[in-house]
This record gives sequence, structure tokens and C-alpha cells, in this order.
Amino acid sequence: MSAKSISLFDREIMLTATADAFKKLNPRLQLKNPVMLVTLVGAILTFQQLFTAKEPFGYVLQVALWLLFTVIFANFAEAVAEGRGKAQARALRASRKQLVAQRRRRDGSLEAIDATQLAKGDVVFVKAGDLIPGDGEVIEGAASVDESAITGESAPVIREAGGDRSAVTGGTAVLSDTLVIRITANPGEGFLDHMISLVEGATRQKTPNEIALTILLSALTFIFVLVIIALKPFGTYSGVAFSITTLIALLVCLIPTTIGGLLSAIGIAGMDRLLQRNVLATSGRAVEAAGDIDVLLLDKTGTITLGNRQASEFVPAPGIAPSRLADAAQLASLADETPEGRSIVVLAKEKFNLRGRDVSTPPPHTFVPFTAQTRMSGIDFAAVGDQPARSIRKGAAANVRAWVESQGGVFPSEVAAAVENISRQGGTPLVVAEGRDTLGVIFLKDVVKGGIKERFAQLRAMGIRTVMITGDNPLTAAAIAAEAGVDDFLAQATPEMKLARIRAEQAAGHLVAMTGDGTNDAPALAQADVGVAMNTGTQAAKEAGNMVDLDSNPTKLLEIVEIGKQLLITRGALTTFSIANDVAKYFAIIPAMLVGVFPAIAPLNVMHLASPLSAILSAVIFNALIIIALIPLALRGVAYRPIGAAAMLRRNLFIYGFGGIVIPFVGIKLIDVLINALHLV
Amino acid sequence: MNNPNAWFQFALFVGLLLLLTKPLGLYLVQVLDARGKTWLDPVVRPFERLTYRLCGVDSAQEQGWIGYTLAMLVFSLVSLLFTYFILRYQDHLPLNPQNLAGLTPHLAFNTAVSFTTNTNWQSYGGESTMSYFSQMVALTIHNFMSAATGIAIAAALVRGIARQTAQTIGNFWVDLVRITYYLLAPICVVFALFLVSQGVIQNFKPSTVAKTYEPYTIPVAKTDDKGQPVFAADGKTPVMVDQSVDTQTIPQGPVASQIAIKMLGTNGGGYFNANAAHPFENPTPLSNFLQMLSIFAIPSALTWYLGRTVKNQRHGWAVWGAMAAMFVVGVLVCWKAEASGNPIHQHLGLAAADGNMEGKEVRFGIFNSALFATITTDASCGAVNAMHDSFTPLGGLVPLFNIQTGEVIFGGVGAGLYGMLIFVVLAVFIAGLMVGRTPEYLGKKIEAYDVKLVMLVLMVLSLTILGFTAWASISDWGVAGLNNAGPHGFSEILYAFSSAVGNNGSAFGGLTANPANGDPHWDTTLAVAMLIGRFLMIVPILALAGNLAGKKLVPASAGTFQTEGLTFVVLLVGTVVLVGALTFLPALAVGPVVEHYLMHAGSLF
Repeated sequence: MSAKSISLFDREIMLTATADAFKKLNPRLQLKNPVMLVTLVGAILTFQQLFTAKEPFGYVLQVALWLLFTVIFANFAEAVAEGRGKAQARALRASRKQLVAQRRRRDGSLEAIDATQLAKGDVVFVKAGDLIPGDGEVIEGAASVDESAITGESAPVIREAGGDRSAVTGGTAVLSDTLVIRITANPGEGFLDHMISLVEGATRQKTPNEIALTILLSALTFIFVLVIIALKPFGTYSGVAFSITTLIALLVCLIPTTIGGLLSAIGIAGMDRLLQRNVLATSGRAVEAAGDIDVLLLDKTGTITLGNRQASEFVPAPGIAPSRLADAAQLASLADETPEGRSIVVLAKEKFNLRGRDVSTPPPHTFVPFTAQTRMSGIDFAAVGDQPARSIRKGAAANVRAWVESQGGVFPSEVAAAVENISRQGGTPLVVAEGRDTLGVIFLKDVVKGGIKERFAQLRAMGIRTVMITGDNPLTAAAIAAEAGVDDFLAQATPEMKLARIRAEQAAGHLVAMTGDGTNDAPALAQADVGVAMNTGTQAAKEAGNMVDLDSNPTKLLEIVEIGKQLLITRGALTTFSIANDVAKYFAIIPAMLVGVFPAIAPLNVMHLASPLSAILSAVIFNALIIIALIPLALRGVAYRPIGAAAMLRRNLFIYGFGGIVIPFVGIKLIDVLINALHLV
Repeated sequence: MNNPNAWFQFALFVGLLLLLTKPLGLYLVQVLDARGKTWLDPVVRPFERLTYRLCGVDSAQEQGWIGYTLAMLVFSLVSLLFTYFILRYQDHLPLNPQNLAGLTPHLAFNTAVSFTTNTNWQSYGGESTMSYFSQMVALTIHNFMSAATGIAIAAALVRGIARQTAQTIGNFWVDLVRITYYLLAPICVVFALFLVSQGVIQNFKPSTVAKTYEPYTIPVAKTDDKGQPVFAADGKTPVMVDQSVDTQTIPQGPVASQIAIKMLGTNGGGYFNANAAHPFENPTPLSNFLQMLSIFAIPSALTWYLGRTVKNQRHGWAVWGAMAAMFVVGVLVCWKAEASGNPIHQHLGLAAADGNMEGKEVRFGIFNSALFATITTDASCGAVNAMHDSFTPLGGLVPLFNIQTGEVIFGGVGAGLYGMLIFVVLAVFIAGLMVGRTPEYLGKKIEAYDVKLVMLVLMVLSLTILGFTAWASISDWGVAGLNNAGPHGFSEILYAFSSAVGNNGSAFGGLTANPANGDPHWDTTLAVAMLIGRFLMIVPILALAGNLAGKKLVPASAGTFQTEGLTFVVLLVGTVVLVGALTFLPALAVGPVVEHYLMHAGSLF
């Protein structure tokens, strides 16, 4: 995806947003936002005052216009946020235009149709050079696919039927071979479409915290409406006839227009920031939940350690020649295409000069692939002539031991000691056995990513606990956990254990985030509060989670949490700022309202605003302009620092609470000076 | 304010309050636990059991928030009617040596509501209206029960905060009985005896008629044989004649027993019209000091109970700290305003040397009057030892503002804590987001429903105060009750409704709420305001308690919003002051603020 860094003031977005800001004046849209609805009604009533008010026409007109601008500015903020999201979505969407799909008919023949007509369940045929017409799952074949349109990663990836790499995304290109794909999304229902509609706001649902905040803002608005209505009789008692224009001006200044106007922009911008990092969220709720996460389940491989563990040593069992161990290890690893498997073959070659043999020649053999249940892989040779049948396995110590002992063999204590020793050093021990004989142990070294320890320390300061998920045995896991600085680990983890762990954490009140890619991760992804599926993962995994990382980078989880927190902080900061602003507005408007009848209260005009009319107008103008001034902050989000809750509260309370009290005093005074210099009232 | 003795008393007061908080808090923990143990158990426990048996209460059975609320409402309604009928027909009841008549319907309603809601607004003068029976049975019973109800509700809310995934928040009947038997009654017995030792009276004698030491004359309107006033030749000016006064009626009665609970239960309804300014109610500086301390004792201890129950003592102290900070500032502002006195009097050479002594007892002076006024309005007590109406505009603004912030500065027994917790939830919700998590209070997520309840309370309170004040200020009946014109008259109206809604009960005394012409408007509107201020606050709070009790607890971590320490105290004070100020600033501007500037410009009202 190319449209990653859109300038905050992109010209095209600004133009569209300006037009949208006016279109959004539609009262039906304003109904969603009680604060701005009251402002709009106030503006309309003030326009009506043009014909009846005793105040100067120009003053009433200016107040009315600025009130209207307050609503338009709020609309503009929302439109800009939507515009940025749309621009990003458009770049993604462009990739899937005018695709032609080869749909397979029931009789097996193919027909060419427009990709937009594909429905869920359709089966399409894609060959090298074609673009994949829609999100789907490979049901036949394997191919290398260029997903750079989505991920920006230029190296092609393998997509094949079955297993965890079967999902394909519309708009990506097949480079080699052919695929038969079952489409899994109706047109307009793919992840991308979903994301686009979320940022466009049409189907955007308010998140739980947004709803709660809207209740607060509406209630405050209700209270201020009361305050203003009551002020009229208070004035009557005191012999002051407050004008409608002034009362409406005071009302709009008091109700929380700043946060009311920026609230939805903040929410959209949060989703947008995720999109910039190539993460698609299926709901705003998920982004909000990300901020609350306090337990991260992280897969060790790829997140904490570099993906490839390297074989570094063969430790033979007593009485076994090192070369025999190396030979067996190499044979067992020939079909193992994982980096670990390859590194075993390489180590055997380097140390014992054992060449990789062509195992397609007799004796006939079968490879035994690794499964999560057996946790072993290896090779079986059938008996040929005088050669007896051979069966070689490598794998986790416990499983190999069980395999050896099931055949009546013994598992030497020296090997057990070696396994433990390797584990304690943070290595992965792979035990190699042939039939009843335990041959020895391969030392696989795990390499912890640079800087990850510091990252976890930051998370800890934020109150987030990290749990490392690994298939390693507890000893290995403990050593790596210590080296990487995670808080806890789950060793020899199965998908069931993962799910159980998430449930246990949630029962204790924690909110859990995890990443996953395999189909067997799906239940855990669905259970987690934030489940990030890798884009390379299966369709089941993607549907179970509530976010998809297009880059398939498990470390992304940390950024997702930060974006969630940033969203919440921005919301809180602007709410605090908005409410704190009211103090200065009172000091501008109340003296102006009373000084005509009670000249004695002139000292209350602490800002020394030039005249009652200019004071009220200045407050109204400040109230409108502050929305525009805060749009960049709402879109970028308040800077987030991992300094712990107490320090963060102190800092933000000072900036947005104390600052919120002080800034409008300065702002209103400046505007008042300007108004009088220009003789606007 | 350069009075070292006053500063010493102030420090002593705050110091003793601080010392009292933990021991009394510890005791409250036992009282508010149905299975708690106190050293009074051997004596009181049998009575407690007997009460449950007679009333058919299963003390082991807890109630959900709806059950708890219904019990509280039914109890309040029944006791309200009980008092109403006693007051209406006190002339048919015993212990009425002065042969006082039954109350009018609206005065009886106003008074019954007033005492049921722990307001103790008094539209009547005690010694000239209430029989001893009415005082002791109809009124004092509410002094105990309304106080116990307030504490019970605070306890229910605290339990709701502390519990997780729970269905119940306690048993109202058990709370009511235990608070009365173990807390209020025993302390009141000791306190009443102490008051008697200071000179507070306790008897059933009819009023004493005494020959005055120094007879004096007053001008009265001359009347003819038929009792009609005689007018001068112009037919308008009444003819005045001098009348010699040489006797004085000195009221008597069971005062001490009522005063103890009046203070301890933050009720504030005086036995005499002059309340704590009357020498029979508050005879000595020591009785004055201990009466003030007894107002704050339970509210202060409840913050400790909060800390202990939610297992975060530092949070309890933070709430205490926020309350204490606002209290100290309030006292200093009020004291400063009163000590500065009235510039017009000073200009004319009429002023007392140490400040504004109008409406104050010489026995108590400026500082103790300002301190008492601040305490009685910080709490929802409403007892007065000086006339708030006669304070300087800013001196009078402090009590008014204290009431309008919801009486959460220590506040009424129970009511102060649950009112403050409303602000705590609000503060946590607004500022809690700024730590990057959705808001949570002591491990409970604050969600839409909780915000709805909190804002409902705030909306109802401001609607009632502002609505009734607006109505009264432009109505004939409203203005007719006023003693002063201009902004001061407005302050009287605003104060009356703030006091009623806040269940305080003190008044800017110039207001006549029960006029001789029998206009029921003031009595009735104030009664409605008191009912709203009490029950439309309590019901949402119990709903909040029930909702919080059912939530899961999020374990604390370094990322958790901290409800302790200086930052939280500042945040909480800011929320209370801002929300209070933002809602009532325009009203205060039209009242005391304008009056203050006009006073300095040479106008009085």
C-alpha cells in the first residue's frame, strides 16, 4: 500500500472536507450529536434575532455566523478525518478494480465474469500472471503470490491448499502455478470494504466509551441549557433584561462544543492510524479495547526471537558416535523445510562432511511430518533385502522418550541431563532416536531480537504483562523468557492451552490481546479481547480475530496497544480541556452581561475586554476557532509516552486541565484586541 | 484574622478531626458489618436480636439494590406520615404544657418532609410551635432514623464498589438497626450528658416567666376597645404608644437529648428558633467546639471506612484530603470576609473593631461564627450559631457555595460520602481516559450506565435548585417572603432552595417561608425540593451501588488510574469546584457577587 503518509493538510482532502462540512449541516445527521445540535439550533435562533434584537445588527449577525461556523468547523473536523481514511482506503481499493474472474461452473467449465459479481461460495480459477479476484481460500494447488499491493512487502509468499497458508486477498497477484480459490466474501463484504465503510462513518457505530462520553456531554449540555433558561428570570428579578443573542452565545460557549465537535474525528483518526500501520480493524470497539489490554500473549517465534533457530551442536548419547547422531539427524531433517531443519542439515555437513543425500533412491522411505500432537518428525525406511526397516525420529524430549520407551528402549539419564542443560541455556533440545536407541540431542539456539527487552520493560511500566507462548519445554521457555524479559510464559503450549490461558486471564479481570495465524488459533483469537490475525493466516483465523495485520508482523501488537491508548488519551484530554475552558468564558461573558445595570462589577472583567459586545463576541469566536486549532491534535492524537499511569495523569492533567483554564483567557483577550482594532463591533 | 487564639482553635479542630477519623472509622467497619463485633455487644446485641425478631427481619438475608431501595422508601414514607399526623394533632397528645395548637397542613407537611429527609429546614420557631411530645417523638426519631438511613446508603454504595460480581449490597433493616443501636444512640447518650454538664437544659417544665432585671419600653401600635389599630388624622399612620416590658418568657424542655443527635446526625434542626446561637442549646465555647466536631466526626470516619472496605486506605485518605482542603479554604475565605467587615459601617464609624458582628453572638465572635457556618454547610447539618443572612456578601457566599457543590466537604452523615463518590466517579470518568485506558474506579469499569446515573443525580439537583429559584424570583409569593431587596433578596431565595435540595436546612434567616397570611407556596415548594434532593439522589445512587457490585474487578497494575495521592486530590477538588461553579456561577453572580461589588460601591440591601 502506497498511501501511507498523507500530509495532515492534503489539499484534495481539505477541499472535499470543506464541501462535506456544509453537507453535514443536515439536521438529521446532527441529531446524532446533541451538543452540536444545540449549537445549530442556537445559531438558527440567533439569525432570527437579526430582525427583532435591540443590539446592533452587525453584532447579532457576527454572533449568528460564528455559531454556525462552530457547527461547520466540527463537521469539517469529522470530514477531514473521514477524508484521510478514505484516501487510504481508496489506494487499497484501486488494486481490485476491473478484475475479471474465471468462475468455475458446476460442470467444471470456466466462465469469465466481472469480479464485483462474485458471491460467497463461488469457486474461481487463477493462473500465473492473474490478479486474485476476491478474498478467499485456496482449495486446490499451491502458488507463489505477490501480496505487495496489500502489505508493501515485495518478496512473494506461498499460498497453498490446506494448512495455515490458504487464505488469499483480492487484488494480489499470482506469480507462478495455478490456484483454485473458494471466494469467502460477498462483494462489498471483504475486510477492505468493511474497513472503508468504518472510516467513512456511514456504518460507524459508537464505541462503548464513546456512548458513555456522549451521555456525559449531553447531560452537561442539558444542565447548561437549564442554567441559561433560569438566567432569564434571574435577570428579570434583578432588573436586567438579558438579550436572547447574549444568552445563546453564553450557552454555546458553555456546552462542551470542543470535545462534542471533535469526538467522532478522534475515533475515525484512531482507525486511520491503524490503517497507516497496515492493520485493518473490524470495529472501533476493538481499537478502544486495545487501549485497555493488560496482558499480551506473544508467540515466541517471530515476535520475541528471530524466526530461525540454528542448530549449533550435536550432543551424542553415551556409546553413540557423534557421526551416527549427525547422520540420523540429517536424514530426519531432509524433508524439513523449516529454517531449523535446514540448519541441522547444514551443521551435519559442516562438522562431519555429510552431504545432503538424494533420498529418492531406494530403500523406499516415507517422511513423517511434524504435527502439533506428536511433536516429532522424521523418516521411515522400509526393510529392503538385508537392510532392516529403520525408523528415525527427532523432536521434543518428552515425546521422543515416550516413542523410544513404547518400543522397549531406554532413555539414558545422560541424554535427559543434556536436554536439561541445553534448555537451561535457552536453547531448544531436539532429541534424535532410531528405533529403540536414543542417539543424542541437537542443540538449537534461539536468538532473541534486539531491543525487545527494553520494549517489554516499557510495557511493564504501562501496566501490561507479557506472556510468551512457546512450544518449547518449560526449561527452555524459562531461559528465553528470562533473556527476553517477559513476565510469564506458557511452555509446550497447545491451542487448547492458549484458549484456557486466555479464559483464565479474563476470569481474573484482565483484557487479553494475542496474535495468531493458524486455523487452530481461531478459538483463541475469538476469545481474546483483541485478536490480531496475520494476513498470511487462514481465513478461519482472520474471521475469528477482530483485526488483521497486513504485514503479518506479530510485533505489531505493541503498536496496536499504543494506538488504542493514544485514542483514549486524546478523548480524555480534549474532554478535560473543553470543560476547563468554561471558566474563562464565564469571566468574559458574565461581567459583560451585568455591567450595564451594575457598573460596580467592572472589576470582575479581569481580562479588561473592551466592551460588553466585544467580550461576548470574542468568547464565541474563541469557542469556534479552538475546534479548528485542535483538529491536528485530534487527528494525530496526543503524544503517548510509556511512563506509567500516575506520571501520565499528572502530565496530561497539567497540560489539558490547567492549560484548559489558562489558554482561553489569553485567546479571548487576543481576539478582543483584534476585534476592536478592526472595529467589528 | 491576626488572632492567634482563633488560629490555634482552627488547628486544634482539624487536628482532633484527623485523630478521630481512624478509631471511629474502625468502629464503623464493625457496625456496618452484620457480623461485626463491638465492645457494646454484651449490652446491645440482645436488643438487636429482639428487634429483628419483633420486626420479622432475617438479618442473614442480604438485599439486592432494588430490595434495599424499596425498604428505604417504604420506611421513609411510613415515618413521614407518622410525623405528619403527630404534628397535625399535637394538641390532642400529651406533653404539651404550653397548649400549642396543631400545625397547619402545609407546615406539618413541610416539617415532616424536612425531618424525614435529614434536612431539618424549620419554617417554624421551635419553642412557639412544637410541644415536647412533638419535639421528642415526631422530630427526634427522624434525627436518628434519617441519619441512620444516610449512613446505610453510603455503606451500601461502598459495598457495591468493594464487591465483585455480587448480587446484593446489604440489608437495609440490619444497617438501620445496627447504626442506631451501636453508633448513634450510645454516642448521643454520652454527648447529651456532656451537654447537660455545660448547661444545656433537659426537663419537661412549662416555660418560665421571669421578671426582667431592667424593665424597658417598646413602641407598639395603639388599639381601641375592639382591638382595631388606631390611626392618626391622616387615616394611615398608626398611633404608637409606649409599652413597658418587665417580664420574659423563658422556654424550657428536653433540649440536650435532641441537640446531641442534631449535631452528630448532621440534622441541624434546633430546639429553639435561634438554634445553636441560643444559650440553652449551646452555652459554652467548649460545647460550641464539640458540637462542631460532632458534625464532622461520622462523615470523616466514613472516609476511613471507605478506604478499609475497598482495601485501599490511601484512597480513603485522598478523599479525606480533598474534603479537608476544601474545608480549610472555605473557612479562610469566610473568616477573611467576615473579619474584613462592612466598608460602609466602617466608613460611618459604626463597625465593630474585629469585623462584621451583625447577626453574630458576642460569645462566639467572628472566627467561631465563620467556622461554624462553614462546617454546618460543608456538612448537610444546617445548625447555625450565627445568622448567615447577616454575613457579608462573600462571607455568605461560602455557605451557599458549599451547599451547591452538593455538601460533599465531609458532608452529611453518609450523604457526604455518597455525594462525594458521585464526583469521584465523574472525575475518574473524565480524567481517567488520560492514562490511556477506559475509565475504571478501584478496578470497576465506569461505563455508560454508571455515567447515566451519575449525571442523572447532577441534572436533577441543578434542575430543582435553578428551577424553583427561577420560579420564586419572578413570583409574587416568592418575593413576598423576602426580608431584603435586590441581590441580597435573590440570595435568600437561592439559599433557601439550595438548602432544601441539599438537605441542609440552614437559611438566610430573612426569608419567611411560613407567612402569617397562610400562603402555602414556600412551605410546599421547599418540601418538594427536599424530597427531590433526598430521594432522587438516593435511588440513582443505590442503582449505581447495585450496578458496581455486579461488575468484575480489573486487577490493578502500573497502568491503572490511581485514586490516591496528591494528583487525585487536586483532580477531585477541581471536579467538585468546577462542576459546582459552572452550574451555579451565573446565579451566584446575580446574587452575592453583585452584592459584594455594590457594597463596596456604597449600596446595602
